[in-house]
Amino acid sequence: MLSYLLNRLWQSLILLVLVSTIGFAVLNLAPGGPLSQFALTPGMTREALDRIAEQMGLNRPLPIQYLDWAWRLLQGDWGTSYRDQRPVLEIISGHLFATLLLMGSSTLISILVGTWIGIKGATKRYSLFDYTATIGAMVALSIPTFWFGLVAIYVFALKLKWLPAGSMYTIGDQSFSDYAIHLIMPSLVLALVNIAVWSRYMRTATLDVINQDFVRTARAKGLAPRRVLMKHVVGNALLPMITLAGLQLPTILGGALVTETVFTWPGMGRLFLDSLGYHDYPVVMGLLMFSAILVLAGSLIADLLVALVDPRIRLG
Amino acid sequence: MSAATLPSSAASARPRWWQNRTIRRFARHKLAVIGLVMIVIMIFACVVGPHLLPYDELYIDLRARFAPPLTGSHIFGTDPLGRDIAARLFNAGRISLLVGFFAMVLSTLIGTVIGVVAGYYGGRVGAVLMRFVDAFLSFPSIFLLLALAAFVKPSPFMITVIIAVTSWMEIARLVEAEVRSLRERDFVLAARMLGLPNGWIMFRELLPNAVGPIIVAATLTVARAILLEAYISFLGYGIQPPLPSWGNMLNGAQQYLDKAPWLAIVPGVAITLAVTSFNFIGDGLRDALDARSDLN
Repeated sequence: MLSYLLNRLWQSLILLVLVSTIGFAVLNLAPGGPLSQFALTPGMTREALDRIAEQMGLNRPLPIQYLDWAWRLLQGDWGTSYRDQRPVLEIISGHLFATLLLMGSSTLISILVGTWIGIKGATKRYSLFDYTATIGAMVALSIPTFWFGLVAIYVFALKLKWLPAGSMYTIGDQSFSDYAIHLIMPSLVLALVNIAVWSRYMRTATLDVINQDFVRTARAKGLAPRRVLMKHVVGNALLPMITLAGLQLPTILGGALVTETVFTWPGMGRLFLDSLGYHDYPVVMGLLMFSAILVLAGSLIADLLVALVDPRIRLG
Repeated sequence: MSAATLPSSAASARPRWWQNRTIRRFARHKLAVIGLVMIVIMIFACVVGPHLLPYDELYIDLRARFAPPLTGSHIFGTDPLGRDIAARLFNAGRISLLVGFFAMVLSTLIGTVIGVVAGYYGGRVGAVLMRFVDAFLSFPSIFLLLALAAFVKPSPFMITVIIAVTSWMEIARLVEAEVRSLRERDFVLAARMLGLPNGWIMFRELLPNAVGPIIVAATLTVARAILLEAYISFLGYGIQPPLPSWGNMLNGAQQYLDKAPWLAIVPGVAITLAVTSFNFIGDGLRDALDARSDLN
């Protein structure tokens, strides 16, 4: 188990190095590069621009810049924002809570609803419910998240006036129920795609388990069908779902970016877009790294969880 | 593999294309057929539509701003500048569908080459290439896509390229797995002993075995690419106005949501229809091409 853990950690580290190289290359090889932001300042001269490049170390060869950046990153110095001179890590952590709140609640919803739809679809296979769920999942996967958000805002905020159209809280209120009310629409919109994915996988996983011998044995023993379903079938069908949750993380994070834009949610996605608009390289780079770390950590944790929960897997 | 299609007697004629088992099986998948019909209709509308409408996509009529659908000859209404939405929708469809299609071609190409090379050579080359696949998969694709889009000139060509660059990984994985599972087979050994060059073995002997899964994945990639184009254009980093795309038509729609909801509804329905159709077609192709379901 320990050697597996170390091996897996080692692989994630290698991936992280690759990921950072790709991100760094993408941002620095792009036309303009980090200096283009400063070139826009009125009255900027060639000499002044060269001086800035000199001061910021941007005139050094790229591999050197990368190593310097990576070394500082390891020491916890993620750079300073071009926009307001604050440390990148501080800015990111300031937006982290909002994104995690949105992602967390939306994942909870999609797991609960998706699991239920998946189990029901598998136990009542080829029923009207099953067909509707199948087609519905396909359509849900095809709807652009931001457009679904717009439609939801139009119906529930503008026409019915049940829910607020955006942002995380009302200024001056900020009570728990205020957060909750603001959270409903964005987390449901973000959950839609994941409910679809989750229910499809859960249906397949349940069908895989339902035909196995131990389920027949449990039934033959005379256990109540409901007990067989909940304990023997669902328990085992949920195992591969842990891995899926890890794999789904990039999608949820990407979806959060779009959802945050539509609902003016003050999270990492909004921060990313704002920083792109300002050509704020350190923050953009920091967010790319941060999301990659989140994704890699997610899949690592998922793998470990599966190993812990499933006695059939022996990691050596 | 397709021995079942052999004619049972010498007298029977060569099977016609509609008797092909794959096509028959695809035709049984009702949703896939509906999807195919939808796409054909959409392509037809986008090609012919602009010629039938009295307005072109850039004609500005300030007296007819915010006209709701079915006002006069504006079947889908007009936008904040008084431009005809139907004309913009059809022209946008040309761009969005073309971007989706060519992004699919390019990403399938990248994914296939990387997958075949990684699967065939294996060892260190394979490991390095597949780590690259993993690395690209570790970014939420929209983050990477936006980071790229923000720093390149957002022409339709560049948008197509960057969408392809961020969506080749699944095909690479799929092809790698298929090629790796086949490379020790006897027919590969035979080809090697005949002295065939590696390139020939990879692309003429091994790759054809993965064509089915590649076609399915490519179809789903078209759907994904159309969605991705819509996402980045909606966020303002994709296709730039005045050139219309389904995504950038939605770009300004949010601020007029109360006043002119059709600005958001019309292009959104078009995107959803196109993406759903491609997804259904992919699903149908999966059933039709899946060698394993031969047994059932």
